[in-house]
Amino acid sequence: MSAELKILKQGAEAKLYICNYLGKPTLIKERFKKNYRHPDLDTSITKERIKNEARSIVRCKTAGVKTPALYLVDFERRRIYMEHFEHSITVKDFIINLKSTTNQGDMNTLDVYADLIGGTVRKMHENNIIHGDLTTSNMLLIEKDPSNIAENTKWLNHSNIELVIIDFGLSFIDTSVEDKGVDLYVLERALISTHNDYPNLFSRIFEAYKSYSKKNIKEIISKYEDVRARGRKRTMVG
Amino acid sequence: MVIAIGFEGSANKLGIGIVKDGEILSNCRRTYITPPGEGFLPRETAEHHQQNIHEVLQEALDQSGITPQEIDVVCYTKGPGMGAPLTVCAIVARTCALLWNKPILGVNHCIGHIEMGRLITKANNPTVLYVSGGNTQIIAYSRQRYRIFGETLDIAVGNCLDRFARVLKLSNAPSPGYNIEQMAKKGKKYLHLPYCVKGMDVSLSGILSYMEDRIDELLKDYTPEDLCYSLQETVFAMLVEITERAMAHCASDEVLIVGGVGCNERLQEMMGVMCSERGANIFATDERFCIDNGVMIAHAGALAHAAGTRMPLEHATVTQRYRTDDVLVTWRDD
Repeated sequence: MSAELKILKQGAEAKLYICNYLGKPTLIKERFKKNYRHPDLDTSITKERIKNEARSIVRCKTAGVKTPALYLVDFERRRIYMEHFEHSITVKDFIINLKSTTNQGDMNTLDVYADLIGGTVRKMHENNIIHGDLTTSNMLLIEKDPSNIAENTKWLNHSNIELVIIDFGLSFIDTSVEDKGVDLYVLERALISTHNDYPNLFSRIFEAYKSYSKKNIKEIISKYEDVRARGRKRTMVG
Repeated sequence: MVIAIGFEGSANKLGIGIVKDGEILSNCRRTYITPPGEGFLPRETAEHHQQNIHEVLQEALDQSGITPQEIDVVCYTKGPGMGAPLTVCAIVARTCALLWNKPILGVNHCIGHIEMGRLITKANNPTVLYVSGGNTQIIAYSRQRYRIFGETLDIAVGNCLDRFARVLKLSNAPSPGYNIEQMAKKGKKYLHLPYCVKGMDVSLSGILSYMEDRIDELLKDYTPEDLCYSLQETVFAMLVEITERAMAHCASDEVLIVGGVGCNERLQEMMGVMCSERGANIFATDERFCIDNGVMIAHAGALAHAAGTRMPLEHATVTQRYRTDDVLVTWRDD
């Protein structure tokens, strides 16, 4: 079987292969051995992350958050087999591609997606799923009904687009407000550094997050402010 | 052609350096060393700088072979750092600028490290891991700013190592981090410690308190060498992991390590393994440039000065909190 594997790319902590598993297009995420870290540490981190990823995907399913479907977990070979979206774009690439256009309608589409992201993150948090690595690289856009629209305009047709959250390796289940605050802060920081040409993106997402549900929202906001203050105002010496 | 002098004193190192178009004419330094088990405090550190700054200045001028009249710009560290030590250098820098009738320029300490690293290693557009006693940041350049992609959510990695050295009562000479590194080389037995990565950020305070709280028990089963080894292996693995994540995120194939912890050979080795596994290049410098120094301030100031950045004397103040991404990078056009 390994002969048929085609490497798609090498991410930060795993090699991604595509294959056909039980007749379905499948993505294999192999957390290969990291030689820079101590073997004991490497084994325990890898095992834990495979477990977290599988657990969160299942939990997202019950929460109504779209993720790749989980097909198989293979601890021996450090692999997870999951659904592969052949036609998708990362939110990161979508936003970068937007730069070439100044069309107001396109900006409205970005707002629609920002609202969608805010609502989706809130949905995860309501179910105590902490993603742990919320960046626009870990969000995909896919079509609900596959169309033949050209690649450059297809992703603007927002009524036919769904948001998929991926990469749950750093995720965990926790009820604490602190972890939700950190999760939001990580997202904010990723947006500031990656999409600095859209300075209002996070506030739009955060508004959608807040209005999605009122439960616990005051505590989450104040915890997020705490975490933010720790990062931004920390004394930095030397 | 720009000749610049740089004054650095944001922490326990006092450094003065002179640079001429990227060529180092002098690089002089004194370090304030405290007794084992103690850290350095702002007031005593400032006193150390006061007592040494004139001698270091004379030494830097003598070594460089130039006269104050040949200098084009007087640079000093505006921040971030400890207020009192920063003030000492700022006062002397302002005095020199007035005496010699030269323009003055305040420099961001972190930018000094990055530009010095780029100069020495010739790295072009690297992902930067900046690790020191006060800072832990993953930085990449985009649109006229050095942007922070990841950083510590609580204490800096150097602070974590220094404080653990205090727990073990290791000597602070030449530096606590250096002594941890030497001990770690003899460590054999690996202890599992909390491992805390959040996306491209890390949290380090939990590891320190975990070890502080259990130190007596831990020393029954592990030698101090084992503990230094385990601490280094764990925190460096976290740093390499977030660096790799930032590289994947930015599609970068160069890493530059700067800051005092950057001269740790084990960290460089681990980063090197990660880089070779993904076909990337690693750049690092030795203790002359990793550890705080005056040349880096002179060099970063010279770049900004040549690009037209000016600072009126009344703005030549210091600030304890000065973010890397606050600085408009006027000297890069990519």
